[in-house]
Amino acid sequence: MAGKVIVLTSGKGGVGKTTSAAAIAAGLALRGHRTVVIDFDVGLRNLDLIMGCERRVVFDFINVINGDAKLNQALIKDKRNDSLFIFPTSQTRDKDALKRDGVERVLEELKDSFDYIVCDSPAGIEHGALTAMYFADSAIIVTNPEVSSVRDSDRIIGLLASKSRRAEFNLEPVAVHLLLARYSPERVRKGEMLTVEDVKEILSIPLLGVIPESESVLRASNTGTPVVFDEESPAGRAYHDAVARFLGEQRELRFLQPERRSFFRALFGRA
Amino acid sequence: MRLLNLLFPERRTSAVIARERLKIVLAHERASREAPDFLPVLQKELLDVIGRYVEIRSDMIRVNLGRSGDTSLLEINVEIDGARGAPAKNGAVGDGKAAAATKIDPGTPAPWVKPS
Repeated sequence: MAGKVIVLTSGKGGVGKTTSAAAIAAGLALRGHRTVVIDFDVGLRNLDLIMGCERRVVFDFINVINGDAKLNQALIKDKRNDSLFIFPTSQTRDKDALKRDGVERVLEELKDSFDYIVCDSPAGIEHGALTAMYFADSAIIVTNPEVSSVRDSDRIIGLLASKSRRAEFNLEPVAVHLLLARYSPERVRKGEMLTVEDVKEILSIPLLGVIPESESVLRASNTGTPVVFDEESPAGRAYHDAVARFLGEQRELRFLQPERRSFFRALFGRA
Repeated sequence: MRLLNLLFPERRTSAVIARERLKIVLAHERASREAPDFLPVLQKELLDVIGRYVEIRSDMIRVNLGRSGDTSLLEINVEIDGARGAPAKNGAVGDGKAAAATKIDPGTPAPWVKPS
């Protein structure tokens, strides 16, 4: 088995990288692919909370890199899906603990037993973010329809084209995809938010999906459940679509029109 | 479609303004990002060479790689405020012979330089 390394990155913080990494990884696992999701945000561990396994962390990424623990001691098996594993990071303040050769060794070992290795990058363009993107085969650029996020995404796309391993060794370039998150069709309609077409045109990379702004995302993080496990959630269904497109299926874009709330849903329903 | 645009011009909503600002700033940033690595070195070497003949500070020279249509344009701007022959600091041509050899009279400003 030769697993594929997918990095979720954005430059800007707070755009939904971790939410998206959890959702995409869980979505891949729900389709039967053996998937591990790795937290690269050393010092600011959060993937464990979003995945709901914060109390099961014993060893972490840095322990494995330093040889203090074996990979299978650090990997946490998801309780909802047998194909899904979480690889938490360390809370150490030493950001340089992610040594590139150590990361490469761990990724190579993971490739033997997983189909997909989903890397949740930290924000910024410092060591951690550069290490997370360096070994990527594919990149999912998480962007919000907002000027600073789009600008930072453009910067990250430039870095992937010049600073990744694939760029350095003149291999086939990293496959780059756009995931537009926190999209509000209602605000787009009012002319208060960049449209999907605007962002697509400006960044000129293929669109993987549009995730609507949705109350279910906060509900999911409150309970530590990746949002794809919520069948009712528009955001969850949009992530399922994005995963399907990532695997090569054709899917129409959904949730681009303001939702008409019926009288009964407005009275009793949840969003 | 154009006629439609004329009849109903696009509203200058904040989203339209955002799109235009992004296009402009990203065009600039992409151009400087795609600049080849040798530009700073070229700039420094030009500074050294020109500095042998005239007094020049590092902020007086700008090297850019531009693009107009299909042609790349290497643009070098050198600002000289009074072409006095400079005693070269690094001593490479420190005795002033180089200036003589290229027939530049340190006393008279070059014709293309505005007197300060």
